[in-house]
This record gives sequence, C-alpha cells and structure tokens, in this order.
Amino acid sequence: MSERETVRIGVYVCHCGTNIAATVDVKSLAEYAGLLPNVVLSRDYKYMCSDPGQDLIRQDIRDRQLNRIVVASCSPHLHEHTFRTALKVGGLNPFYFHMVNIREQASWVHENRAQATRKAKNLVSAAVQRVAFHQPLERGRVAIQPDVLIVGGGIAGIHAALTLANAGKHVFLVEREATIGGHMARFDKTFPTLDCAACILTPKMSAVRAHPNITLWTYSEVTKVDGYVGNYKVTVLRQPRYVDEDLCSGCLECIEACVYKQAKVPDDFNLGLSKRRPIYIPFPQAVPQVPVVDPETCIQFKSGKCKTTCIAACGDRHAINLRMEPKEERIEVGTVILATGFQTFDAHRVPYYGYGKYPNVYTALEVERLVNASGPTAGEVVLRDGRRPEAVGIVHCVGSRDENTHRWCSRVCCMYSLKLAHLIKEHTGAEIFNFYIDMRTPGKGFEEFYQKLLTERVHFIRGRVAEVTDWALDPTEEGKLVIRVEDTLAGFVRRIPVDMVVLATGLEPRTDAPEVRRLFNISCASEGFFLERHPKLAPVNTFTDGIFLAGCCQGPKDIPDTVAQAGAAAAEALALIDAGYLETEPNTAHVEEEKCCGCKTCISMCPYHAVAFVDEIHKSRVNEVLCKGCGTCVAACPSGAIRQNLFEDDEIFAEIEGVFSNA
Amino acid sequence: MQRELRFQREADPEWARQVSERPGCEGLYSCLQCGACSGTCPLSIYMDFTPRRIVALVREGFRQDALRSRTIWLCASCYSCAVHCPRQIHITDLMYSLKREAMQTHLYPARLPIPVLAQEFHKMVGRRGRSSEFWLVLRMALRTNPLVLLGMARAGWDLIRTGRLSLRRERIRDIRSLYPATPRETA
Amino acid sequence: MMSGVYGYFPGCSLKGTGVAYEESLLALFRALHLGLAELEDWNCCGATSYMSIDERDAFSLSARNLTMTQKAGHRDLIAPCSACYLALRKTQDYLDRYPKIAGGNGSLTSIRAVRVRHPLEVLYTDVGVERIRKTVARHWHGGRVACYYGCQTVRPYSEVDRDHDPVRMDELLGAAEIPTVDYSLKTKCCGGSLTGTTHDVGVRLVYILLKEAARKGAEAIVTVCPLCQYNLDAYQSEIRRSSGERLDMPVLYFTQVLGWALGAEIESLGLARAISGRKRIAQWFQPAEKEAYV
Repeated sequence: MSERETVRIGVYVCHCGTNIAATVDVKSLAEYAGLLPNVVLSRDYKYMCSDPGQDLIRQDIRDRQLNRIVVASCSPHLHEHTFRTALKVGGLNPFYFHMVNIREQASWVHENRAQATRKAKNLVSAAVQRVAFHQPLERGRVAIQPDVLIVGGGIAGIHAALTLANAGKHVFLVEREATIGGHMARFDKTFPTLDCAACILTPKMSAVRAHPNITLWTYSEVTKVDGYVGNYKVTVLRQPRYVDEDLCSGCLECIEACVYKQAKVPDDFNLGLSKRRPIYIPFPQAVPQVPVVDPETCIQFKSGKCKTTCIAACGDRHAINLRMEPKEERIEVGTVILATGFQTFDAHRVPYYGYGKYPNVYTALEVERLVNASGPTAGEVVLRDGRRPEAVGIVHCVGSRDENTHRWCSRVCCMYSLKLAHLIKEHTGAEIFNFYIDMRTPGKGFEEFYQKLLTERVHFIRGRVAEVTDWALDPTEEGKLVIRVEDTLAGFVRRIPVDMVVLATGLEPRTDAPEVRRLFNISCASEGFFLERHPKLAPVNTFTDGIFLAGCCQGPKDIPDTVAQAGAAAAEALALIDAGYLETEPNTAHVEEEKCCGCKTCISMCPYHAVAFVDEIHKSRVNEVLCKGCGTCVAACPSGAIRQNLFEDDEIFAEIEGVFSNA
Repeated sequence: MQRELRFQREADPEWARQVSERPGCEGLYSCLQCGACSGTCPLSIYMDFTPRRIVALVREGFRQDALRSRTIWLCASCYSCAVHCPRQIHITDLMYSLKREAMQTHLYPARLPIPVLAQEFHKMVGRRGRSSEFWLVLRMALRTNPLVLLGMARAGWDLIRTGRLSLRRERIRDIRSLYPATPRETA
Repeated sequence: MMSGVYGYFPGCSLKGTGVAYEESLLALFRALHLGLAELEDWNCCGATSYMSIDERDAFSLSARNLTMTQKAGHRDLIAPCSACYLALRKTQDYLDRYPKIAGGNGSLTSIRAVRVRHPLEVLYTDVGVERIRKTVARHWHGGRVACYYGCQTVRPYSEVDRDHDPVRMDELLGAAEIPTVDYSLKTKCCGGSLTGTTHDVGVRLVYILLKEAARKGAEAIVTVCPLCQYNLDAYQSEIRRSSGERLDMPVLYFTQVLGWALGAEIESLGLARAISGRKRIAQWFQPAEKEAYV
C-alpha cells in the first residue's frame, strides 16, 4: 500500500437536464456531499458530460489540487470513459475516479422525490468513502498480430477477405465446403435488379483465389482456438479431398472418366434434385477448381476394387491421391471475422404445407435451382413428372413470424418471393399467386420491384395459408394441390388449386452455431444468431475484442446488407491492426503468491480460462489479458489470496459503510 | 341508402382490455390479422364475420358486432384456428367467452337453436347430473322450431331401431356435489 | 392403473347413441385382458355446451369426476368420447394455469394425479403395435378403411396423437392387417352438434367427409368419437336424397374393428347398431372359417 497522502475529493452532481433533476433534489445532494469527509468541493451542474462539464473537472483538479473525483450522473456504461479521460487530461490518474449512477438507479426507477434523493445521498456517500481507497492503475497494452482469420467463405467472408487483403493484410479464409461461394452461389438472379448471382459472385471468387495476401483453405474447419485478443492460436483441420490442389489443373477429366456412367449420389448443391458421381466438383465455377472424392460413395474406398479410371485420366499430373490424410494447420492471428452464414428453415417442420408428402411442394431454394440455367433441369421449371405448371402458389412466412416455429421475420423472403414469382412466370407463363401477411420491401429499389410485379399481373393475396391439401371438392381440383386461404382484403375464403407450391422458407442460425460460439467464446441471443455488441452502434463487434461478425450469422439479411457488414467488419479489424495494440482494462484479478496454497479452485471456476497453474512454484497465476474482471476467483479463493483491482476489500467495505451512513 | 361509418364513441376499448384478461384470451392484442384461422376454420364460410374479423372487432372494442354475430355460435370448437395461429392465440377460448357474454346479456338471435341447446343442456345437467339426448333435442326443438323434429324423424327412427335412442332420464345419486358450494363470479 | 384396472368414464353418449362404442370397448379390453372399472356416479362432462354458459360450472363438472377418480384409487381415467376427453383434460390444465377460475379459495383444485387418457392412446402406448400384431386372431378380408380422428382428440392437446396427419390409429389397424387409405380430411371437423342445431351446415360437413373418403378408395370409415360416428352414420340416406350420390358407407369404431381382428365375440361388438353400410358390415364381420366359439 502506497503512502496515504491527504485525500482531496471533488464531487460533481449532474442534473442531466431534467432526467435526474426532476426526481432527485440535486442541489441538496450537492450540499450534502460537500459536508462528507475528505470532500473539498461539491458542485451540481446541468450536463457533466458536456465539454464545459468536463472542463470544470479539469480546472478544479488544477486549481484546488483535487486527487479524487466522484461524478454522480448516469450509467458508467455511457460516460465512465469520458470522465476518466477528463481526469487524465487534468493530470490525474484516471482510476482515481468513481462514478455513481443516480439516474438508472434512482431518478429513473423511483417516483417519490424525498426517497429518491435519500437513496442518491447514500449512493454518493458510498462512492466518497470508497474513492479514498482507490489506487493509481495503468492500462495494459496487448500487441495485435497483423494476420486475420475469416471463418466462412460466402459472400460475406469473400468481401471481407478481399477488403483486408487489398489493404495489405494477410488473411486466412477457412471454408467448410469444398468451394467458396456460400448460398449465393445457388441463386439464379438477385433482387431487385435481377442481376445473375453467379455473374457477380464468380469474379470475386476468382479474385480471392488469385490474391497473394489470401490463404484459401476450403474443405477445412477450425477445431481449436487458444490465446487471447490480438494473439489467437488457431488450429485448422483440413479434410482430405483426395485430389492435390497444387497438382490439379482443373481439367475435370477425372469426373468424366469415373466408372459410374450414370450419376447416382444425390447432389447436395442442387439440394438432391439431381445426382452426381463420387468424384465431383460442387458446381462449374467452383473455387478452387479442384474435384473432391467422396469416400462414402467411391467404390475404391468401399471395396478397393475399382478400375480407378479417374487416376488414369489424370495421367502424368498424378493429382489424385486416394491416400490423402487430414492435415492440421496451426496459425497465429490477431483478429477473427465470423462469417459462417445461415441455413434455411426445414419445411418438414410445418407439415400442413405438405412438404415431403406431396411431391410438387418445393422450397424456395429448390426452385432457385430449377430456375437456374445451370441447375438440374437446365432452367426449366417443371413438376416432378416433367409437366409445366399452369398455376403456382408461393407461400410467404414459412418458419417465420410464427410462435410455433421462429418468431422473427427473415427479412429476405418477401423480396425473393417476388423475384421467384417473376422468374417462374417468365419461364412458364403460369398463373402465379403470392400469399402473404405483409409485404416487406423496404430497401433501395424494393418497392419499385413490388410495383413491377403488380403490373405483371401476379396475384397478391393477403392471407396466411393455413393448409395445402389434395382434397378435391370439384372436378377442377382433381389432381391439384388446393390452397385454402382467407383473402382478407377481398373479404372471403377462397380455394385455389395450383400445380406447384413454393414455400418461402425463412433463415435460421446454423445447427452448429453453438459449437462455433464456444470455440470463439462469443455470445448469442435467444434465437441463436451471434450477438452483436450493440444493435445500433456496434453491429459487427462482439463482446469479445478482436472478434467480429459479418453476414447472416448475426441475423437474417440480404446481400447488400451482408456486403456492407463485411466491409464494416473488415474496417473494424483494420482499425485494430493498424493501431497495433489494444488497451486492456485494469480491473483484473491477481494472485498474491505468498498466500496461494496451490489448491487450484480458482482455475476450475474461471469462465474465461484466464487462470493457469505455474508448476515450478506450485501457484496459480492470472493472465491479465484474458481476465475479464468478473470476480469469481476472488470470491472463490479459500485463502483469500486473490485480489482484484478496483474491487479491493477496503474499497468494498468502505462502500458498504457509506451506503448505510444515513440508516 | 345504407351508411357504414363508425364513430370512435361507439368503440369500447375498456371492454376490449377486459376481454383480453379472461383466461385463454391473453394473446388478443398480438394478432397479426393474417387470416390463418379463417383459412383453416371449416365453418368460416358460413359465418357473418370470419374468426379473424371477430378478433379485429373485439380488439377495437366493437362489442355489439361481436356479441350479436352468428360466428360465435357456429364455432364448433374444433381448435383448428388455435393450432394454426402463428401468435398462438386461443381463439376457441375467445369464442367461448363471447358466447357466455352473449348469453348473459341476451344478445343472441332469439330463435337460434345453438344457444338454446346450450341453455337446455345446462339446465338438464344442473338438475340431474347427466344429459338425455332425446329429451334435450326435444326441448330445444320445442323452444325454437318444432318443425325440425319432422326433419329428424328419419334419423330418430334409425336410432330407435338400432337400440341407440334411450328414453330414460339419466340422473346421478349425489347431485348436491355437482357444483362446489362457493360464490361464483360471472364470466 | 391400479393393479391392471383402468378407471373408465363412459359419458352420456356411450350410454345412448354411442352404446356400440362402449360394447366394443369392453369386448376389446376383455380380449386384451385389460380391466375397466366404470366410475361410480359419474356426471356429465358438459361437452361444449357448458363452456358456452358458465366457465366455472363447466370446470366444476370435470373436477367432480376427477376427484371421484382419485378417491377411487385410479391412476388413469379412460374417456372414449372426444368431448369428454377434452373437457376433463382441459379442466386439469386450466385450473392449474388460471387459479382465478378456481375462485381463489381452492374449492376447485386441479387433479393432476389422475391421467386423463383416450383408449386410442392407451392401445398405442400401453398395449403397443407389436402386441396387436401378435394377437391377431381373424384375418381381415374387408375393404380399405379411412381412419378418421376428428378434432378434440388431437387438438389442442397432442398426447393422443399429433394434430396434423396423426397415424396411431392407422398403425394399430395396420398391425391388425386392416388396410387404410391416405385420408387428407382425417382431422377435419364433422360439425359436432351442428347437425342437430344448424342442420344444413352440419350435413354439408358430413357429406364432404364421406365423399372424400370414398374418393380416396375407402369402403368404410373408422372413428374414435361417438358424435363423429353418429354424424357420419345417421345422415347418409338424407345425403343420398339431396345429392343423388349413393354412399352407404359403414362408420365403425376402431374398437369394433380391432375387437373383431383380435378375436372378441362378434355379438359383443355392437355391429348391429350401425345405421349405414349394413350390408358391407354383414359381409366383412363374419367369424373366421374354422373358428371355435369359446
């Protein structure tokens, strides 16, 4: 404990306009504070956080030789940093400051003026008693490793990777599938401009491949994350493709040569609507342009008795290596961007719509593949038996806005339903019915797109579809799928027979999102999407420094917003890297080694794995960079050997005494 | 020429709030007006207001429209609406509570058989503890339109010849224990 | 159940228009060596009518039945009629969730200790498809049937079977070698008491159900509820007169067909009580050729 010089405290009571002053008697509070022990001056002021307010503090420190400051105002979440900076500018260690919340904890939650004022007095008294025990503390600095890890190679990951790579940073782009491109690679045209998705995506994909600053690892997954902000040590497991990327020239003759003359394996890229061979490339413009062998269906893997015509076709390039092993790579990065994307809602969960029961009920993504010229039907929109549909029903809000499945609105479905309505009509000339609850078309050009669809004479019926059934009431309904719906606008119930039903399935978090979350130690909200630090002001940051979010893993959104977010995440990462270091909060715990008995209780308690055991001295030690200052180890230590800056025993006891001073 | 215009003085938002506090009616204000309930309801095509419109009326406090409707009486309590509602509103319970209120305030159409059946049922079981189908239908017909008995004659005869029509007046022994002896609030 | 015996709540219908349900239920349970003990001095469940008059009275009726069941020592109470099943089940649930219905002084308490069950679910869960398969004594030579579940067994509670596309009855009948059709209207309301009060509307709903079953190739309908059975059974001649379509479809209880397949005495199945489709019933429900009468 350093020598105790005379403590000289300045107390500032903020009115916060009428937010505090309307309920708490700020003048009498300031007077009361002025009489407390060690308080040299006490003021009340309209807006302490303003420049003049902060100036007051700075001036008083100089003029009145104050060495402790107490501000009674709003929540530390908002202005603790502001006032600490004011102290610093005024020449005082910023941690000689304590903030009292008399707004969220007094004026905003109580109505009785006398009682609220009395509570505020107790709180201020507590702060005054406490701040006398504050010690000078310094913020630590952690160097930031300049490399970046981006998890997920969809449009979000691709855009973030290119932005960072162009800024001269080295990026590791890790993608689980055999190719980058994500969901966007499956789309046909994009709304509202009807740009071809592949045409705008593939140039970016090639750019990723070609960029010297991007290390692209596809068919790979992150399996372990150690370290801390600025210094993450990540283990990436690279699954074997059984084709060597460096030797393969992308000619694809191996696929042609495969002994399977007829493709038999359901093609995942086409959502099972077509088949592929055991050696395959996900889609023609895949990046990297290197085939994959599927060990579960390849004859050579299953029985060892294949003619391996693929290897023969590869000739003297010798790119196919069926003995390839999984490989672990270990990298060190300073920042991470999570761009793991979404999955579509499983339409089987809403059995009323007949998905899986009636063959001609499709999901929207399946229809994207049908409509796509490089899809399973070469762009022909046909029913399972090959006929062209004459009437198509598009059902909005499947798995969205529904307490029975997902509460949220998936944001993109109204727009893509309009797009599909347009494309299906263009390809088939069929009568199209969109069944919606609300039309959500807020983006740039979106309302105009809706107008266009209206003029194309697509039917828009406002009514949530209750059932899709094959029950026929009259001969015109035989063999059709009947949609029974209340046309709420026209004002009666209708039965509409269609040939094909398209379910506008919503977006949901991926099933393995919880595992990804735990790997990187970030939070998610109740619906499962990764949690941003602040919904308005920090949409790409997480509560863990150095880890950022981009795209639908944070919440459903369309491509423009995804790309914008990816750019934002890249910018945030860049800001950190270029600053070169991160400042850490000093409210961390530390072990007083003389008192530590080596029981290791603290190690198992720490939720952030911040405490390690030093075998040589048989004592625990806290890593101050990982420590978040939660206080669990401090409370748990049976020897009382752990202390926490800003929450020392004398500080806490003083605060308690202060709270009861008017009791 | 008819005029349909509603002045705000005709709306009773306090009544709407009170309805939303009845057991089962909590979700009233969450309604999206999506129409899934009407779409699945097998009786909605016979109703003057579809279930969705009833919710809209109740929510805005148009008490008379809701209580005088035929809708609430045509509801067969099949619960299809409740199961399909994306807000999980128990529409069936709302219909029941409106039925009860219509009964208590005598706002139902005079010769509509359904509320009359319910009243006769309540009286019969209240007195005897069990219902006798034949006597129940007879009383209902006599109070509403005795001519329907002619239309039911064939069905009645079929029931008699297959031994399914009991003319006995069922009753339980311990009728006093039927309702607990405590003061009851009105629905 | 207390020592292998289930509490049994017949309800007013099973003593009247639904007497065939009671007869076949008892016969089926006998064939499966399961005991049914009728609740002493049971009172009417109130069906849907009571809830239209007074909520508290409605719950009181079921509360009395549940209390008596508990006092009689029964863990399970089987209620074959869908309306009775729902009234009892809903009472349990609502008295729990809304204490203010009970009046706040505990005079109406929810009896959670008693399990309200439907015979379809008892057959499926306690007996099981496998045991049915092994107990088949007569091999079905009748036509295909449409399993009709109605509303209140599957909504709003899905303990008996799931709401959309329930399959338990289909599976039980399938195990007894009775072929079923894919019946899209298996949970569409029959109109309940509307055939008696708003006759045209009720009969139209019945017509839709019968017609769709026939369209899907069913030659009979199998039900779980006495009111559904009555509605589908009693108005077929009227429908024939007004629509010109001749349906004449037998409407049977699942306990009747299962009872027959598992060897119960044919006379005890209440088959003679059917109004429609009597000729087909006579053809289908003959004893097996070499059957010994026990």
